[in-house]
Amino acid sequence: MDFSLSQEHQMVQKMVRDFAQKEIAPVIKEHDRKQEPIPWAIKRMGELGILGICFPVRYGGQGMDYISLGLACEELEAVDTTLRVVMSVHTGLCGMTLLQWGTEEQKQKFLVPIARGEKIGAGAFTEPGMGSDVAAMQTTARREGDVYILNGEKMWISLASKADYALVTVKTDPQAARPSQALTSFIVDLHSPGVKTGDLHGKLGVRAGSTGWISFTDVRVPVENRIGEEGEGFKITMSAFDNGRYTVGAGATGLIRASLEASIRYAQERKTFGKPIAEYQLIQQKIARMAQNYEIARLLYLQVGWMKNQGLRSTLQTSYSKKFATEASFEAAHDAIQIHGAYGFSDEYDVERYLRNARGAIIYEGSSEIQTIIQAGYALGQRSDRPLRCELPAYDPDTWQE
Amino acid sequence: MKTWVYIDHFQGQELPASWEAVGVGKKFGLVTAIVFGSGVEPLAKKAFEYGADEVLLADDPALADFRPEAFASTLSSLVSSGTPDLILFPTTARGRDLAAMTAIDLNSGVIVDAVALDLEDGKVVATRPVFGGKLLAKMACSASPQIITLRGRAFPKPEHQPGRSGTLTKVPAKAEALTRVEGYAATEGGVSLTDAGIIVSGGRGVSNNPALTPPAGLDEKQAEIWRAQQGFKLIGELAAVLGGAMGASRAAVDAGYVPYAHQVGQTGKIVSPDLYIACGISGAIQHLAGMRSSKTIVAINKDAEAPIFQVARYGVVGDLFQIVPALTEAFKKRLGK
Amino acid sequence: MKIIVFVKQVPDSAAKVTAENGQAAWGEAPMVINPWDEYAVEAALQQKEAHGGTVTAISIGSENAKEALKHALAMGADDAILVSDPALKNLDTQAIARLLAAIVQKVGGVDMAFFGRQAIDGDSGLTPTQTARILGWPALTLAASIKVEGSTVTVERSFEEGRQIVSANLPAVFSLVKDFGEPRYPSFMGIRKASRAEIPTWTLADLGIAAPTPVVSWPTLINPPSREVKCEFITGASAQEIAEKLADKLIAEKVL
Repeated sequence: MDFSLSQEHQMVQKMVRDFAQKEIAPVIKEHDRKQEPIPWAIKRMGELGILGICFPVRYGGQGMDYISLGLACEELEAVDTTLRVVMSVHTGLCGMTLLQWGTEEQKQKFLVPIARGEKIGAGAFTEPGMGSDVAAMQTTARREGDVYILNGEKMWISLASKADYALVTVKTDPQAARPSQALTSFIVDLHSPGVKTGDLHGKLGVRAGSTGWISFTDVRVPVENRIGEEGEGFKITMSAFDNGRYTVGAGATGLIRASLEASIRYAQERKTFGKPIAEYQLIQQKIARMAQNYEIARLLYLQVGWMKNQGLRSTLQTSYSKKFATEASFEAAHDAIQIHGAYGFSDEYDVERYLRNARGAIIYEGSSEIQTIIQAGYALGQRSDRPLRCELPAYDPDTWQE
Repeated sequence: MKTWVYIDHFQGQELPASWEAVGVGKKFGLVTAIVFGSGVEPLAKKAFEYGADEVLLADDPALADFRPEAFASTLSSLVSSGTPDLILFPTTARGRDLAAMTAIDLNSGVIVDAVALDLEDGKVVATRPVFGGKLLAKMACSASPQIITLRGRAFPKPEHQPGRSGTLTKVPAKAEALTRVEGYAATEGGVSLTDAGIIVSGGRGVSNNPALTPPAGLDEKQAEIWRAQQGFKLIGELAAVLGGAMGASRAAVDAGYVPYAHQVGQTGKIVSPDLYIACGISGAIQHLAGMRSSKTIVAINKDAEAPIFQVARYGVVGDLFQIVPALTEAFKKRLGK
Repeated sequence: MKIIVFVKQVPDSAAKVTAENGQAAWGEAPMVINPWDEYAVEAALQQKEAHGGTVTAISIGSENAKEALKHALAMGADDAILVSDPALKNLDTQAIARLLAAIVQKVGGVDMAFFGRQAIDGDSGLTPTQTARILGWPALTLAASIKVEGSTVTVERSFEEGRQIVSANLPAVFSLVKDFGEPRYPSFMGIRKASRAEIPTWTLADLGIAAPTPVVSWPTLINPPSREVKCEFITGASAQEIAEKLADKLIAEKVL
């Protein structure tokens, strides 16, 4: 057993950290205030290869491993959640699902430009009337010869108005015996006729991020854009969530770190009653909790990264990581505000943004309640991993470079 | 102790730190001023007036432009026949180059950027900032002559004594050089940061004036820079009224608001003016390292917790876009401008 | 074009550095490539991109100086050399310059030798000029731009008063200021290459020289005298009132 990061991992960490700190940190506050995405951020992440970090070189990626993906997410979210959200939906939900379930042709056609950052990907599962309850899904596709006709609306979709492609799961068989067999997934070109997208405003957090809706009105999607078989949509969506949640857990770890570092800095500078507040035990308690939770969250996501590298299924471990880190990040930001006192309540400091940004991740990509049910299911033996027709390929340093 | 002082100048215009070095040399004994250039005899006269006892003057068209090889060879050739104990230079781009080469020629070492010199057992011990001013080092050189460059404004400027004179000796130039000077660019008047007695600096906060509406047709980045330029105009006006120079934080330079030449800090200029007014600068450790030795520091910032206030003598918590123009007006009135 | 770039490992510029028992201490703060050297690597890579050739990064130091070399490799340098020898201790700038000149000779066929303008620990900024003097090469220090045509190079040097435009023949020594452009981030491909690179170590025996003798000693470091300033906050009903008060105080203190 080896808990150390390789030199390669450390260099990845530093490179992503330098980018986020130098280029994003100085401008994020204004964009968050204005509720506008940083217009060049995604393009820049693409140029630097971050968007394709964990894909094999032959699919346009950078050939790094899944741990590197997690480390990048931690560094990005330590500056702002919006950056990590891009990794979750573009790289996690969309790209990694193509890597896992796509045919060779689909990988060449869709994954390559996504890995290079030339095209932006999203994942569209949630609907206005449905989140975790897939049986309630109302977006449909019906086959007509070589095309499927899509109708319906997806909501709360990150990058909805920015993406070129979306991995979309819809109902193809309303008569299916089990709701999970009713679903099919597609990679949809969002520039197709009949696709409309828009942004949602008034979010509590992730305000410099793009969240929106996508509506489909008789959108014709060629059969060759179907990912997997008809009826495999549920499994594919769950695979997508395994990948997306990994990035959420890793990112939330960065948010804990950001709260911790801000708190340490402030507690050592700020004096009350003649001494730095860091010397008071009630402050120390909060800082110790953040430090401990950061360590736990980090170990949890690194374990998932390691399992992914080995080609092991990690639905349960990902659930632990995602639930623990997102909840702990909210707590950490909350404590950080308390440490900052009235300043923490003002947007002059970053910690209030951390709190607002932390909140969403306890809901999206499987709420804490869903994670609890998953965890209980495994613990009670009611749930187990059955082999999938397509597993996420294990990381291989040699073939990844080809 | 015999001290030589190199009088650094640009096209005949001396840098004030040269006279400060003459003043330092006087404390140790006789001072010989080294004046190299073309048509620089007036500088030799000035050197006497600032206290030099002797001047070695190499006045030659071949020395019209500073080329380190030619200047160093000229200087080194004199040392073998005159042997000073100590050679002082002002810490400038040219001073550093020349000191560096002369030390190689004379098999000696260089102590650069000293802020204090003490005599211990007949040897000069120099104190100089290292780690961007975070620490001080006491350094000594065992070889002779000792070669030291002095930080500008760290030593007092000696009194100007019009009419004072001394021995002028003309010496030959060694003109061979490996470089050709093709010309000059971006040479502007105005006070250089390192010589300035007063510096007014702006940070990233200078771009945040909510009262301004950028002209139409600018993209976001252009609009930000436009805002910053309006802000720096206010900074520049205050600097102008005070007869000082304009500085900037690294954040402001990196964001493209002002050219790098204005950057104060560990990777910019290290300054120690009499008065430093920091506007919208929070006070990152790298910035503090570059200006904390200023005699009086004034900080204007809207964040009362900004670290800059920890080094400031006077602080104003408020909107720089209102305070700075008001300050400009207040000084205009008082200074009769 | 055969380009070498000298790099050094230093404590991060954000580190809080203090003197402890006469030595510099920076706690847990990371060591990084000297920021000025990062500009030099960038400049070297730009020259390689414009004119072809190779970039070799070289550092003098202990094993941990390899970190700075790996950073240069990750940015895109072709190879790296560490110069390390137990006899190399307490070197001053002229001793380092003599060592560097020997390294340049040993590498052989070098057209351009790049330096950062200074290291942010020693802050001397002398070694580029001294190395050039020993080699008998032009010292093009504080270069803000570089243009190569054939074997002639033209640079703009940053003086206090502006830019001096200077030309010289290659080979030459350059030290770089910041105007060159922000250093690029390491690429992932570069990171992979760097993390797998075997960096050769040269000793004094490899260079065929004895350890150069330092003449400047640097026995102890001290903390700067702490400035006991108590900030007096100026308040008032209006910006004008605050400004008037502040101006009066500054004039009364004769700081103007």
